[in-house]
Amino acid sequence: MTRILVDGVEVDVPAEYTLLQACEEAGAEVPRFCFHERLSIAGNCRMCLVEVKGGPPKPQASCAIAVKDLRPGPDGAPPEVFTKSPMVKKAREGVMEFLLVNHPLDCPICDQGGECDLQDQALAFGGDSSRYAENKRAVEDKYIGPLVKTAMTRCIHCTRCVRFTAEIAGTSDMGAIGRGEDMEITTYLQTAMTSELQGNVTDLCPVGALLPKPQNFRARPWEYQKTETIDVQDALGSAIRVDARGREVIRILPRLNEAVNEEWISDKTRQVVDGLKAQRLDRPYIRENGRLRPASWQEALGTVAAKTKATKAEKIGALVGDLAALEEIFALKLLVEGRGSANLDARQDGSKLDPRFGRASYLFNASIAGIDEADSLLIVGSNPRKEAPVLNARIRKRWLKGDFLISAIGEQADLTYDYDYLGAGPDALARFIESAPTASAKRIVLIGQGALTRPDGRAILALAAQAARKHGGLSEGWNGFSVLHTAAARVGALDLGFTPGQGGLDAADIAKAGVLDLVFNLGADEIAIEPGAFVVYIGTHGDKGAHRADVILPGAAYTEKFGLYVNTEGRVQEALRATFPPGDAREDWAILRALSGALGAPLPFDSQKQLRAKLGEAHPHLLRLDQIGSASAADLEAVALQPATAWKDDFAPAITDFYLTNPIARASATMAECSALALDRLKQAAE
Amino acid sequence: MSVRRLAEEQPASFEFTPENKAWLEAQIAKYPDGRQASMVVPALWQAQKQNDYWLPQKAIEKVADTLGMPYIRVLEIATFYTMFNLEPVGKFYVQLCGTTPCMLRGSDELIAVLERRVGPQRHVTADGLFSWLEVECLGACCNAPMVQINDDYYEDLTAENFEKLLDDLAAGRPVKIGSQTGRVSSEPAGALTSLTSFYGDGAKAQAE
Repeated sequence: MTRILVDGVEVDVPAEYTLLQACEEAGAEVPRFCFHERLSIAGNCRMCLVEVKGGPPKPQASCAIAVKDLRPGPDGAPPEVFTKSPMVKKAREGVMEFLLVNHPLDCPICDQGGECDLQDQALAFGGDSSRYAENKRAVEDKYIGPLVKTAMTRCIHCTRCVRFTAEIAGTSDMGAIGRGEDMEITTYLQTAMTSELQGNVTDLCPVGALLPKPQNFRARPWEYQKTETIDVQDALGSAIRVDARGREVIRILPRLNEAVNEEWISDKTRQVVDGLKAQRLDRPYIRENGRLRPASWQEALGTVAAKTKATKAEKIGALVGDLAALEEIFALKLLVEGRGSANLDARQDGSKLDPRFGRASYLFNASIAGIDEADSLLIVGSNPRKEAPVLNARIRKRWLKGDFLISAIGEQADLTYDYDYLGAGPDALARFIESAPTASAKRIVLIGQGALTRPDGRAILALAAQAARKHGGLSEGWNGFSVLHTAAARVGALDLGFTPGQGGLDAADIAKAGVLDLVFNLGADEIAIEPGAFVVYIGTHGDKGAHRADVILPGAAYTEKFGLYVNTEGRVQEALRATFPPGDAREDWAILRALSGALGAPLPFDSQKQLRAKLGEAHPHLLRLDQIGSASAADLEAVALQPATAWKDDFAPAITDFYLTNPIARASATMAECSALALDRLKQAAE
Repeated sequence: MSVRRLAEEQPASFEFTPENKAWLEAQIAKYPDGRQASMVVPALWQAQKQNDYWLPQKAIEKVADTLGMPYIRVLEIATFYTMFNLEPVGKFYVQLCGTTPCMLRGSDELIAVLERRVGPQRHVTADGLFSWLEVECLGACCNAPMVQINDDYYEDLTAENFEKLLDDLAAGRPVKIGSQTGRVSSEPAGALTSLTSFYGDGAKAQAE
């Protein structure tokens, strides 16, 4: 630790801290554009100039000079930094004047206006008027993809976007061509960016040069009603802020959550917003003579109740989809079990995970933040870049730090980092288990759904547990056995035990023709229910599930309800309501409660508060927000001992199209465009 | 300077000649593993030499593939350094120095010659022989004004001898590299103005 005086305040900071960090430690505000905590230091905007005593006698870029670079005074007095001296004030005004020389005065038509770093800092640190009467530079706008609109004349060349794509996203999409006044930020020959995290450059851009294209000229930042909630597009539960204007969600921004998403979100999380408006089910429907016709709630519920009463318990089944919150899963479980049926399943993809093996058998036990401490990683049947792009960025971050051996079994995809490819199928996993153990003591064994949705998924799970046990994945204080889920609702459903009960049927059997007479489908759109059964669909979008339904009960999407979700590491988080469901649509738990009323056997709660109290009685850990409930590593020992005769088939990818994994994404025009572009790229690469 | 873009018309492909490929491999081997990207400027230069002194898009991509770099990284370098020509140049590519010493010694007259004979900067004559570009100091100020044509310097130019030089080049006649007035390297143009006598030991040696 080194002592340093910042504006007369003495602070004790690590020697490798930059002056900027030391200033922040001392509570002094230093303006900056190019500096970003999670990116490398560029030092090219010059906005963070400070005056130092004990270093060169000129304004210093505080982001690019370390505390240890300063000398102490002759009598051993600590070096001093001034952030408010006349020299600093003048230097900042000078830098700001140069930045504004070529920055257009178009704030009134710029979407960044109101949340613009340049605007704010020009006000706080700039001069009071312009002395510049010459011609300003103009730069051609670039095409860099469907998600980012450019207005390159506004660019101040901080290169945050360039560093983000090269360092965090790992795709090196963007660069600065030309030099000096002619420097331009662009992608290679104006091709679309290829990263699944590209939307983040719009957050990083301190000016209005890179803006979210789908939100072009939609609203001013002060018009938004901001709701801090969580995302359900993948199983990470990234922290997001939903910005709505009136009844419409306009945009989704990331929130800081060091334990989950740091400050990034994937493009699907960010730009799925137009899917929240399209293809919505806004009133109940009943199928009559093969066609769906609008109906009233009373009529629809009456029809379902009549059908339910007329059906024998063992002929009733229930499926839960990927976006359902704990409340409705719990309510549906009570409802169906109340009828005496054991045919429940939330694993529409056929995953072989089962709560009977213990909670540790289906969680990402290493935890997302735990990736930072791991010393090696084995990926089994997963493509984290597609299944959880933000998690993939975390793996890349750990890999960049060095001393992190990554090996992969399954699909040989471009994951933005190097890895040892061990093979495509279970035999490669068996070979890995037999191989000589390494010194690795904190290995993560990441198991994707691609390995678990196969008929021999249980054997693969056992093999993975063996691999973890033998190769440093399970040790004192470390559980590296980590299941990466793709569905936001899955861990919650498994925690609630929404799996076949005694003698119950699983998802594949429930969907089979002629097995059941009545199926409650709570937003399960990735499974085709064969003809025969009477299907009651509770969901939000006119997707596959709604097309197959005999009665549609319109529900609420994740931005329209209060709901608990459990992410892939077992962290319980709450999604908050940003807007109301459209038309006659209702919150899903309330629909199920109303249905139970129509059946004459009302569920034991009349409000969400009561529902959560009941939920907490049965599963206390599910009410502890932002905590990961306990999961015993001892359960994994039992899993490892299970018979593990796996098939020879290669692991298939769990996600074929990253942009179209759920009904909301499939309803989004933006996601469709991204998907088409990605498909094009794939075709070109194949040629 | 102005914004530099890749040429509109691009060849369909680019491949290093076997000699250049061998040269490239030998050079790349000099760099430690994982540091091959440091080779990018020499590699681009070789590609430019091979391709009539300009860099097509495919050459940039070829270099990127060879060195395992993202395309944008190589494009950044190719557009940053003005000695990489992104558009076709004449068979005789004249780089004229217009910096202060050359300007004081009459580079404006040379510019007038080029504008009359060749046309504006970056324009290639119809016969494909000439194009020109004004550049910053080439470091031959003693013999100003000067131009660089392809790899060689031509110094002590006047409008007349420059015109003759261009004529000779166009006609394929041999030309003299270096000073066009006959002086050797950067000797004084006229008689000696300094060091005209010997001092000390030198004077003694002279006397003996």
